[in-house]
Amino acid sequence: MMTYTTLTIVALPALMFLFLGLLGGKFKPAVAGIIGTLGLTIVAALSYMTAFQYFFQVGKVDGVYQQLTALNVNWLTLTDKLHIDLGILLDPISVLMLVVVSTVSLMVHIYSMGYMKGERGFQRYYAILSLFTFSMLGLVVATNIFQMYIFWELVGVSSYLLIGFYYTKPSAVAASKKAFIVTRFADLFFLIGILLLSFYSGTFSFVELNDPNGSVLGQPITATFMGASVLSWAMILIFMGGAGKSAMMPFHIWLPDAMEGPTPVSALIHAATMVVAGVYLVARLFPLYAFGAPEVLTIISYVGAITALFAAVVACTQTDIKRVLAFSTISQIAYMITAMGVSGYGGHEGLGYMASMFHLTTHAFFKALLFLGAGAVIHAVHSNEMKDMGGLRKYLPITHITFLIACLSIAGIPPFSGFFSKDEILVAAFEHDKLIFAVLYLTAGLTAFYMFRLYYRIFWGENDKQYHHTPHEAPLNMTFPLMFLAALTVVFGFVPFGSFVTADRLPYEGHIQWPIASMSILVGVVGILIATVMYRKSNDKPDRVAATVKGLYKASFNKFWFDEGWLFVTKQILFKRVSAPIAWFDRHIIDGFMNLLASVTSSVSHRIKGIQSGELQDYAWAFYMGTMVIVVLVILL
Amino acid sequence: MSGIMSNIPMEAYLIVSTVMFFAGVYGFLSRRNMLTILMSLELMLNAADINFVVFNRYLYPGQLDGTFFALFAIGISAAETALAIAIIINIYRNLKNIYIDEVSKMKY
Repeated sequence: MMTYTTLTIVALPALMFLFLGLLGGKFKPAVAGIIGTLGLTIVAALSYMTAFQYFFQVGKVDGVYQQLTALNVNWLTLTDKLHIDLGILLDPISVLMLVVVSTVSLMVHIYSMGYMKGERGFQRYYAILSLFTFSMLGLVVATNIFQMYIFWELVGVSSYLLIGFYYTKPSAVAASKKAFIVTRFADLFFLIGILLLSFYSGTFSFVELNDPNGSVLGQPITATFMGASVLSWAMILIFMGGAGKSAMMPFHIWLPDAMEGPTPVSALIHAATMVVAGVYLVARLFPLYAFGAPEVLTIISYVGAITALFAAVVACTQTDIKRVLAFSTISQIAYMITAMGVSGYGGHEGLGYMASMFHLTTHAFFKALLFLGAGAVIHAVHSNEMKDMGGLRKYLPITHITFLIACLSIAGIPPFSGFFSKDEILVAAFEHDKLIFAVLYLTAGLTAFYMFRLYYRIFWGENDKQYHHTPHEAPLNMTFPLMFLAALTVVFGFVPFGSFVTADRLPYEGHIQWPIASMSILVGVVGILIATVMYRKSNDKPDRVAATVKGLYKASFNKFWFDEGWLFVTKQILFKRVSAPIAWFDRHIIDGFMNLLASVTSSVSHRIKGIQSGELQDYAWAFYMGTMVIVVLVILL
Repeated sequence: MSGIMSNIPMEAYLIVSTVMFFAGVYGFLSRRNMLTILMSLELMLNAADINFVVFNRYLYPGQLDGTFFALFAIGISAAETALAIAIIINIYRNLKNIYIDEVSKMKY
């Protein structure tokens, strides 16, 4: 029974994509939107049903959540051992992701009916949203790493299509290309990692790969390369793929630019679902990391911690509200990645894993809420820039309240959901590595600061700001998702998450550790207070602070010149020093050799074509003399 | 083998056929007129026919293979001559002469 339910969950968006993509133009835009939304409503309802069945009825056997293969189709058989399957794997994290993805996607579908109203290509927009939802759902239920890779690329391409939705705008086109190329570049490492892993293990299947007594972990791979085991290399390469999608340093450069896409797309793809694919990937292969390559987990935790701090610093100085949220997203995903890195496998040790998935879920809700709220603001003032905003709380009451809830949640203030998940991460980091804890703690303060800077600059600041048109609250189809997500943000923290999702799939009961929790509340409050002093009313304090830490401010404002760094690497080093000489070699040496052959042939034939005179008797002479020579030779020899 | 034939050695026939053949070669290479060339060609063919008959007669007296070859060759050369003359007539209609060096424009 779950086979058909889950198959429908994945297949329905695919059918919607084909239907809307091929026939969408025949409908009125609103009709296409309603069809897409209805389809997603069914998908979401089925996801909730699946989650209910899994968590409360069939999933648990002897107190352990099972990995159920709801469907497995042998798709490509290469050899008996090596075959690529397509299927549906149900376990706590995939069921959780089904719920998260379909919920946020449904909210974005509803919201887009208001936000995208009157846009050219409305039907195309809904078709690609369906394609994205299909790919993301296919990714989370993948039974094997190759299926995951296929859908991984599909989410990449739908992200590309949606970032470049306004394809007449050069900056959007550039951003979509950048996103695609950067993530594709990282995916190359992912593919190499997959090939390496499957070559040594002989399987793609997650269940077999993660089995502690299975072919991989039971008989460890002994081959080594440059001092590390091949398994570690494979896991590092696979993580690099995840780092690309999850915008970890130094692959983060595409995510801020991806904000060129429509705002609901940013909420769905670049905040809640696709960008956490890297976290999901690590979670999916977690036993391999924990038992097979623990040193890689250490690397992961440091990459995450550095990215979290870096992105938080950059977010403090950006003026485009969507870019602030983009850097905030990078920082929060890095939080999850770090939590994965500091986690052990079971019981209390596995707190990081549980916290990471918890934060993934709460972050998906409140960050989608923040983006959708930002969308409502942009909808009202027709600008992304903070300087065009201020005092909007009078005009947008619902947006204001929901945005405030999300800001409090991300700042880690109880009782909002972000507090619970962030607290778990801080506890896990504290118990594993004090340095990482310190970095994350600082980041938490910065997070509270930049989120409230954003909040005050939008909704307070210049209270008597004059607008050309009086900003007005968004219609109900835009405010409903805001309220729904706000409600989730308020209540979700009280879900006993550990009893559903843990690394070893055994229920774990976590308790709030008040010493660390109160420290994290304290730093959040301090961040909020500083932001209040600086930004509540427009004054010259921000400029004075910026002048005091001029170097840091400039570095942060320019995003630490990462884009320029990559441009330098690609243009100055790769293109000029590597590609250009290779191109020269190809054009002059390889092509030159071939051209030489051709010109020699042509000039020789030009010289000797006189032999073909057309004079019959000349030919006869040649024939005769040739015969004579042969005869003489035969006689002599 | 009787009478005057048996007294003539094989080499005599071969000398005749060799002279005929090279006369044909000379004519083929030196004449401009295509009809003469055709006649030279016939000379060469007939020299070969003589060789067939002579070798058959002297080397394998009990058999007739060489003789039949000669007969076939004569038949084929007759057909080929008819064809060649048809071609030559057509060339004459186009070029108003039948000189072999004028036909070099056929190469294109």
